[in-house]
Amino acid sequence: MKAKSALFATLLLTLLMLLGSPAFAAPIRLWHGYRGDEEKALEAILASWKGSPVETLAVPYDAYLTKLAAAIPVGEGPDVYIDSHERLGELRARKIVGPAGDALEPGVFSAPALAAVTLDGVPWAVPLSQKCLALYINTDLAKEAPDTLEDLAGLIGKLPPGTYPLVYEVKHVYGMAALFSSFGGTLLDANDSYGFFGPPAEQTLAFARDLIDRHVIPDDADGALVTSFFKSGQAAYAVSGPWLAADLGDKSPVKWRVVPLPKLRATGQPMRPLLTVESVMLSPKGAEKAEARALARLLASAEAAQIRARFGPTPSARVDVTIGAGDAPVQVFALQAKTAIPMSSSPTMHAVWDPADRAIAKFLRRNATADVALSEGKHRFDDVHRPLPPRASPVPALLAVGVIGLVLAFQWVKRSREEDWSTQLRQSWSSYRYVLHAVLAVGLLVIVPLVIGATTSLTAGNDENLRYVGFANFISILTARGGPLLASGSFYLVLLVTLLWTACNIVFHVGIGAALALLLSRPTLRFRATYRVLLIIPWAVPSYVTALAWKGMFHREVGAITGLILGINRLFGTSVEPIAWFSRFSTAFVANLTTNIWLGFPFMMVVTLGALTGVPDDVLEAARVDGATRWQRLRLVTLPIIRPTLAPAVTLGAIWTFNMFNVVFLVSGGDPDGTTDILVSEAYRWAFTRENQYGYAAAYAVLIFLMLFLTTRSRGAKKIAATPPSPAEVV
Amino acid sequence: MTREPDQPSLLESIGAHVVLILAVIFALYPVLWVIALAFSGSRPPVAEMVPLPHDATLAHFQEVVSTTKATPDGSIWLFARQLVNSLVVSIATAAVGIIIAVPTAYALARFKFLGKERGVRALLATQMFPTVASLIPLYLLLDRLHLLDSRTGLVVCYAATSVPFAIFQLRAAFEAIPVDLEEAAMVDGATRFEAFLRVVLPAARPAIAVTALFAFMSAYNEFILAATLLSKAEMFTLPIVLQSYINQYDTRNDLFAAGAILVSVPVMALFYVAQRHLVAGLTAGGVKG
Repeated sequence: MKAKSALFATLLLTLLMLLGSPAFAAPIRLWHGYRGDEEKALEAILASWKGSPVETLAVPYDAYLTKLAAAIPVGEGPDVYIDSHERLGELRARKIVGPAGDALEPGVFSAPALAAVTLDGVPWAVPLSQKCLALYINTDLAKEAPDTLEDLAGLIGKLPPGTYPLVYEVKHVYGMAALFSSFGGTLLDANDSYGFFGPPAEQTLAFARDLIDRHVIPDDADGALVTSFFKSGQAAYAVSGPWLAADLGDKSPVKWRVVPLPKLRATGQPMRPLLTVESVMLSPKGAEKAEARALARLLASAEAAQIRARFGPTPSARVDVTIGAGDAPVQVFALQAKTAIPMSSSPTMHAVWDPADRAIAKFLRRNATADVALSEGKHRFDDVHRPLPPRASPVPALLAVGVIGLVLAFQWVKRSREEDWSTQLRQSWSSYRYVLHAVLAVGLLVIVPLVIGATTSLTAGNDENLRYVGFANFISILTARGGPLLASGSFYLVLLVTLLWTACNIVFHVGIGAALALLLSRPTLRFRATYRVLLIIPWAVPSYVTALAWKGMFHREVGAITGLILGINRLFGTSVEPIAWFSRFSTAFVANLTTNIWLGFPFMMVVTLGALTGVPDDVLEAARVDGATRWQRLRLVTLPIIRPTLAPAVTLGAIWTFNMFNVVFLVSGGDPDGTTDILVSEAYRWAFTRENQYGYAAAYAVLIFLMLFLTTRSRGAKKIAATPPSPAEVV
Repeated sequence: MTREPDQPSLLESIGAHVVLILAVIFALYPVLWVIALAFSGSRPPVAEMVPLPHDATLAHFQEVVSTTKATPDGSIWLFARQLVNSLVVSIATAAVGIIIAVPTAYALARFKFLGKERGVRALLATQMFPTVASLIPLYLLLDRLHLLDSRTGLVVCYAATSVPFAIFQLRAAFEAIPVDLEEAAMVDGATRFEAFLRVVLPAARPAIAVTALFAFMSAYNEFILAATLLSKAEMFTLPIVLQSYINQYDTRNDLFAAGAILVSVPVMALFYVAQRHLVAGLTAGGVKG
């Protein structure tokens, strides 16, 4: 027995040592989110750095903020990092950014850029470059820069068939903001009040709808579609940022140039896009290092701006740098930046995108009139941006914990006196040696973080104003934040959707999986192995890859399903309309469901195949001799034998489906209007897109856990305890 | 002449093949899309029924594979490093996960002890809690253990998360092995542990292999934890690299697709090998479910 433990310990230790030791801090750490040419430009700038070595890291956009927030407080993060200015408010609230100090050269940066990085009169970052939208012209299709957007729309009918005059990302408020500004609107004013409602927003939406209806712009355009339409010559103009120029590159398939955005004839006002000031920020620790500040100065220097300009047309935030001729893209973007509207750097900005995007989507789908959609957006913003619940006294909770602890300790002492119990305990010792590693590993790395995470559900606010609020989060969720219990986004409605989602998935997973397994288990079937390998493929490909592939396939304009419908129309002369999958709950739900069925049926197939090996041939043979038909044998012999083996796998499958975040988040993204969100994706939204309300998200997580625990406690857990799943026997 | 009653008719055979072929088409269709995207040099955004590459090219693969990083000791071929990381981390996860899960699963299958039921229930309960709330606490914990920014830390986390499911699976497999086998060995003078090592483990080999495959895959595909814990490009695993092609403004679907194919190939190969090996093991009469 000793030998065994020693063996495992040695093995573990060897493995751990083989894997290498943790790294120690590099002299200066620099994090960024660049890729491609922008990353090359950064490397070229750093080549002239003379100080201590710089350790750079490209962090994927999705993980950037979480990573900064986790790493900087424990001293593991960067000294210097590059991010957009609009995050500053939040970064400061979470104490992961320090004042720029002498990193900021005085008197060389443009006024809007400087204003963008200044909070309460203190500069918190050093501006690098300015990004905003401008107008791209495909010079093969259109010669001149239009004076007004209406002139541009006049191109309709004068272009080759299948070509749009303009491609413009109207789906997102980031793109729509330019139009909104010419109607006099502001997304978020200085007092943090939400502005995307009322007459200017209604006029903006009506104008966009008109452009779509007249086929001036394609429907449902997102950033990727803007790029691909312009790149393939299917649009004469495109509203996009410097990233499109980078994508077009030197070997651009179309001839193009850039001009500032046109005016709107209807109001006489110019379209002013949102301005993002890319900035160098210092972590609180980095802000104290002279060398880190010097590095920030270098990154924002005039020489650096020249280098950056060689790699892409992003204008510098400096006023003392002139690059290129008067009509070079970088000049045009610099010109446009002067009239662009800097995004608010208040932490509240975070809460603006989602309600505004949803209002736009709802209106463009014709699910609501403009005023209804927009006031719903306003309501949604207020819902997220509500005041923090009051501080509560932790005394009752501590008392409760104390009392429970005392009761447990008392029971334990009482039981330890019982003769029977201590005998059992003594007999259990040898078994505990087998389970010790698992208890330690799961206890420390799974259960401890879960318990800590769960306790955050009793708090609200972030670092600066974190507070204990008792059960306020739970009460708020369970009372649907004061609204009607079945309102859109309320806990109960989302729960119903989640239950429907879980039930449908399980039915299809088990149905398809078991049917295929029964077919595959026929000894007479030819190509069994080939089928088996091909049918397992959905399981072998990473699920985030396939979820994104499915999302693309459901795209209304360019998706495969539309292709399939058009193909069928051609073949059979029918005229089925392509479906806008994410505009209705039913179709969006079906899209999510199809994706998840695709991902999940191989698992159930494998589990059933495993279970089927447990059906003894002689029993089946006996039933056959007794004259049972194949159907009777399946129903009366096979199914009863495999059912106990399948039941626990189904329970686990149901738990995983209940918490299946990837598919819902990546495929429908909750569209339309958050109706296809399930509880776990709702929790993610509170944690990551709604002002980082971790406490609120944790309360959702605890509620999910409690529901699953109580449901399975009566049935599933017993099954698992009695007959565990055995998908393991076969692939 | 009477047909054997168990012999399916021709019509039934055809029916079975039609159903299976439809299922295969359903299974492969999205994969074909990824392939078409990855190999297309230029891709006009059109809706097609059968996805085929346009202006077939390997440029995207080349771009994904040829990432490098300059260091004082010369240039590092990042993609190769990251592929090795992914494989090392996933293999180590499978190994550590199995090492932890096997004895526990055996004890749960064979012994009676205090707290067993409660332990199993707690294990099941760990599967119910969404990880949304536990990421930051886990980060702080690993920081205390000095396991941040290391493959070890990642392996330890992945292994611990894969253990509950592995235990459930292996326990079922162990329960299916007749106790007589061990008892016979113990009568012959083996200790319980020796009997476990020499009799039970070999008999459960297919189940262990599949469980290891599960653990391998969950580690190989994980993104969020890896992106949060690792802070050096040469330490990254491939899913982080793939994710970086999806950016705030410009999403490079072509690179993403090429990367996805490169990432999937090792797993597919593994599945293919595992399936042949395991089916062989099964037909040889190893384990019955």
